[in-house]
Amino acid sequence: MHMADALISPVVGGAMWAATAGVAAYSIKKVQTEMDEKKIPLMGVMGAFIFASQMINFTIPATGSSGHIGGGLILAILLGPYAGFLTIASVLAIQALFFADGGLLAYGCNVFNMGFFSCFIAYPLIYKVLMKKEYSTTRIFLASVLTAVIGLQLGAFGVVLETLFSGKTELPFGTFVLLMQPIHLAIGVVEGLVTAAIATYIWNARPEIMEKASSGETIGNISIKKVVAGLVAAAVVTGAGLSWFASSNPDGLEWAMIKTAGTAELEATGGLHQQLSDLQSKTAFLPDYSFKASEEEPEPSGGEGEEAWPAVDGGTSTSGLVGGSLTLILAALVGGGISLMKRRKYRINS
Amino acid sequence: MANIADSIYNMRLLDDLARQETLIHKLHPLVKLLTTVSYLTVVVSFGRYEVAGLLPLFFYPVMVLALAELPLKPILLRILLVSPFIIGIGILNPVFDQQTFELAGKEFSRGWVTFLSILLKSGLTVTAALLLIATTGMDRLAGALRILKVPRIFVLQLLLTYRYISVLMEEVARTLRAYSLRAPKQKGVHRSAWGSLAGQLLLRTFDRAQRIYEAMCLRGFAGEYHSGEINKISGWDWAYLGGWVAFFVLARMYNIPLLIGSLLTGVIR
Repeated sequence: MHMADALISPVVGGAMWAATAGVAAYSIKKVQTEMDEKKIPLMGVMGAFIFASQMINFTIPATGSSGHIGGGLILAILLGPYAGFLTIASVLAIQALFFADGGLLAYGCNVFNMGFFSCFIAYPLIYKVLMKKEYSTTRIFLASVLTAVIGLQLGAFGVVLETLFSGKTELPFGTFVLLMQPIHLAIGVVEGLVTAAIATYIWNARPEIMEKASSGETIGNISIKKVVAGLVAAAVVTGAGLSWFASSNPDGLEWAMIKTAGTAELEATGGLHQQLSDLQSKTAFLPDYSFKASEEEPEPSGGEGEEAWPAVDGGTSTSGLVGGSLTLILAALVGGGISLMKRRKYRINS
Repeated sequence: MANIADSIYNMRLLDDLARQETLIHKLHPLVKLLTTVSYLTVVVSFGRYEVAGLLPLFFYPVMVLALAELPLKPILLRILLVSPFIIGIGILNPVFDQQTFELAGKEFSRGWVTFLSILLKSGLTVTAALLLIATTGMDRLAGALRILKVPRIFVLQLLLTYRYISVLMEEVARTLRAYSLRAPKQKGVHRSAWGSLAGQLLLRTFDRAQRIYEAMCLRGFAGEYHSGEINKISGWDWAYLGGWVAFFVLARMYNIPLLIGSLLTGVIR
């Protein structure tokens, strides 16, 4: 479910970063006020545990294939939603940095899709409610599977929306949803089953851990409402701000939404690169892309906000090919030259 | 990320690379972080039909790779490993965007252009993120986050997670080896052992966390993780940041390859 940078636009990435930062700030405040500092090493080591346990392949009965866990739900169950969210966030940060699993600009999207939905929506609204009365194997089983499935469905839908608003792929909304949701239904069931197995084991072996985790925080509906409200506000303000700053039509993001939903056709472009490409077409797209004429080409006359398909003709594409290859050769030469010089220096020194 | 040995190796490799002392490694971590973020923003801000305009941005990873004396192979390998998903989504572009254009006398679907654009962006962004960690290292990067006022708890937590990943991965590897020796001809962990295998590991993790906390307290832990001195940002650091950002903005505003190309073909004509 990790989103890469190549598939998101700066506006979507920025808005999701803001939303994630908002939830993280709230969670940090909660952890600071409500928990003892003993939980910090626990969070750290649990993050490492999740990371390592993602390497365990669990054989899925009757299919012959195997799957691994994401770990968002087990973290929420054992650490509570706030500490769980922060732990998932740091696991994702390390995955992005060391394994390029998910991009840095897409980090906000990823934490939101994989952390927020399971810790702040699915966990309190399903798991907590189902487990309110009593702990039993059946209940743990039911609650885990249901929570994991719903958390992952929401996360997968988040991926679909974020990708579509970014407008980098041509995938129609319906196709993308039909691709993502069923796959994540299967993943969610596996996640739920494994989580249930682990939670049941812990419940049998060390019930006090589960009890402490569930009684430690007061997850009333109020705090959840606050989180959601703050978050929506943060996302809207940032999204709107970025789009306003970025695009000639102030409601670029909303426009993209309506357009996507209405026509199921992808013409959505985030605001920032729209303006930048407008700027670019003003400054760089000289007529015939040669230096003979000095007039500026009129702005691309495509539909409102529609991305300009550069009017390519034979001559310009040749220029592009020649210039492009030259640029790459130049880059390779510079890099190779520096390496060669460095190596020679070492040889002289040694 | 399927193979434990590979993952441990990869993290240690990046750790090792980050310990070098080249021009790039000596730069202030915050400067490198900001340069990386502006680079990523510029790369993804390009429209989906843009290919030629992206090419000048190759200069940044190439220069950093060369100046920081990093090996090319592991980074290319990583790009290959993460590309299947990108290709999976991008390959549908030529299917959905059937409009054609002409290049060098042949007809192509526009979708191929968007696909190529996504591939380029993917390669550039993945490389930039790996270069950041391979030239900075986790501790110094965490220092940069503290300068940016990221809360202490989060940074501390991030560092602890990072510190214990190799320990726990080794523990998981031992456990899995023990399991596989006792369960021959089996691909993964059988359903009957799901709870006990992962649950045991988890309980041990809890106990370990307790021991770590006690050890930290005995050594005077008072809520701050000290990761060594980080120098002030020097003039040279600012110049590095400013230079790259200026280049990124120029590359974003002007289609440099097209300018070079039209200049050349114009001269020939």
